[in-house]
Amino acid sequence: MRDFEYIRAGSVKQAVGICAEAKTKAIAGGTNLIDLMKLQVETPARLIDLNAIEDRRIEETDAGLRIGALTSNTAVAIDKRIRADYPVLAKAILAGATQQLRNKASVGGNLGQRTRCPYFTNIDQPCNKREPGSGCGALKGVARIHAILGASRHCIATYPGDMAVAMAALDAQVEIAGHSGKNRMIAVRDFHRCPGDRPELDNILQPGELVVAVHLPAPVGGTQLYRKVRERSSYAFALCSVAAIVDVKRGKIARADLAFGSIAAKPWFDERLSQLLFGERASMALFEKAADVLIEEARGVGDNDYKIPLVRRTLIATLCEATEVSA
Amino acid sequence: MPIVINSLDYQLPDDPRVSLLDFIRDHAGLPGTKKGCDHGQCGACTVLLDGERINSCLALAVMHEGCEVITIEGIGGADQPSALQQAFVKHDGFQCGYCTPGQICSATAMLAEIAEGWPSDATDDVRSCPRLTDEEIRERMSGNLCRCGAYPNILAAIREVADAGQ
Repeated sequence: MRDFEYIRAGSVKQAVGICAEAKTKAIAGGTNLIDLMKLQVETPARLIDLNAIEDRRIEETDAGLRIGALTSNTAVAIDKRIRADYPVLAKAILAGATQQLRNKASVGGNLGQRTRCPYFTNIDQPCNKREPGSGCGALKGVARIHAILGASRHCIATYPGDMAVAMAALDAQVEIAGHSGKNRMIAVRDFHRCPGDRPELDNILQPGELVVAVHLPAPVGGTQLYRKVRERSSYAFALCSVAAIVDVKRGKIARADLAFGSIAAKPWFDERLSQLLFGERASMALFEKAADVLIEEARGVGDNDYKIPLVRRTLIATLCEATEVSA
Repeated sequence: MPIVINSLDYQLPDDPRVSLLDFIRDHAGLPGTKKGCDHGQCGACTVLLDGERINSCLALAVMHEGCEVITIEGIGGADQPSALQQAFVKHDGFQCGYCTPGQICSATAMLAEIAEGWPSDATDDVRSCPRLTDEEIRERMSGNLCRCGAYPNILAAIREVADAGQ
């Protein structure tokens, strides 16, 4: 690990000021960042420790809940209000990592976690995300875990997390602090970004900005599921995942909010699916139609072609389970 | 403020790169906690931090001013082994023993988590209180690898202590 200067921030204001400086990284749980520093994928000159800021509360707001960015993944998953009113979020968090990691990892850090693309995490390989302009090793390399939607010729990495996928389905909002002193809000659905020609930018945070909370909307009810497909049944990243909030009223679909993990550089949300399903009677034919819309523009590079039928089938199976249509 | 390990105070290191794992082993001289992968994948370095299990390899010692750490030495020794330590011996919950301190620290926290009603990925309904089935134990221990493959005996050891506590 490269040497760095360690600074403990006492307040968000202080942290934001230091974060704006070059080669500075904020650290909370550190489960991803410390790992990447050991691999020298991340080589910050300055680490600013946010833990003294103490925003670990899950508070009720006018509509829903505000989760402080330093709240641990565990604290969110075990919270009685979240288990009762936002079970898709508890399920998604519990489907990720291990208890040891979830105890340390923070909500803000989970949103900011980096891709697990093996070319990104190996400094001997080319990677436009790690070193802009060096090329993409995955395009002509081993690409089993890579993106099938929203990728570019510069990068086909995926966002690997589970928590944010459920937050995208719930249409949660990220609260961001910056220089202005006035916090701004952005939807989780718009927080991460597709690579385009700037794959080094994982999300829309500007230098000096920090995630300070995630806001959940008023409880939406319905059947909430998180289906994660992976190569072993515990402690593995998703090959694809679906977070689903589905409500059927008087035989017709009254809500279908769907988000997908590990198929793109961001939790994938396609408004067209909700619109297509809304007001319709649940049926296999309808679900197949929705799944075909989802994969309309999906492209593989060979190794990851399997993800296209996989996510299609995973969506259909999830919708069948949510609406009790026999698959 | 110092860091507290097994009820003793230690001064934090000057070098911020020292992991909590290296600090426990090399600075505090407590070699029970093991370095396996050093990347949070194997669980050999599991300790209790303010009562919760974590991977000490993915933590920087300097970030833990005022925190309380319990390592395997703090859980029990040959003179006064904990119930889990005794059960691991009784059921042969190991072969080489390298992962065992992490397994026992992890299982110690896991039984407390179950008592608190924390759900896991193996819990059918996250709204309910989990029942300690074998499937629950396996899922909750998935952060601790045993390359000797002593899993059935690890499960038996934890099962015995869990059943005795209920």
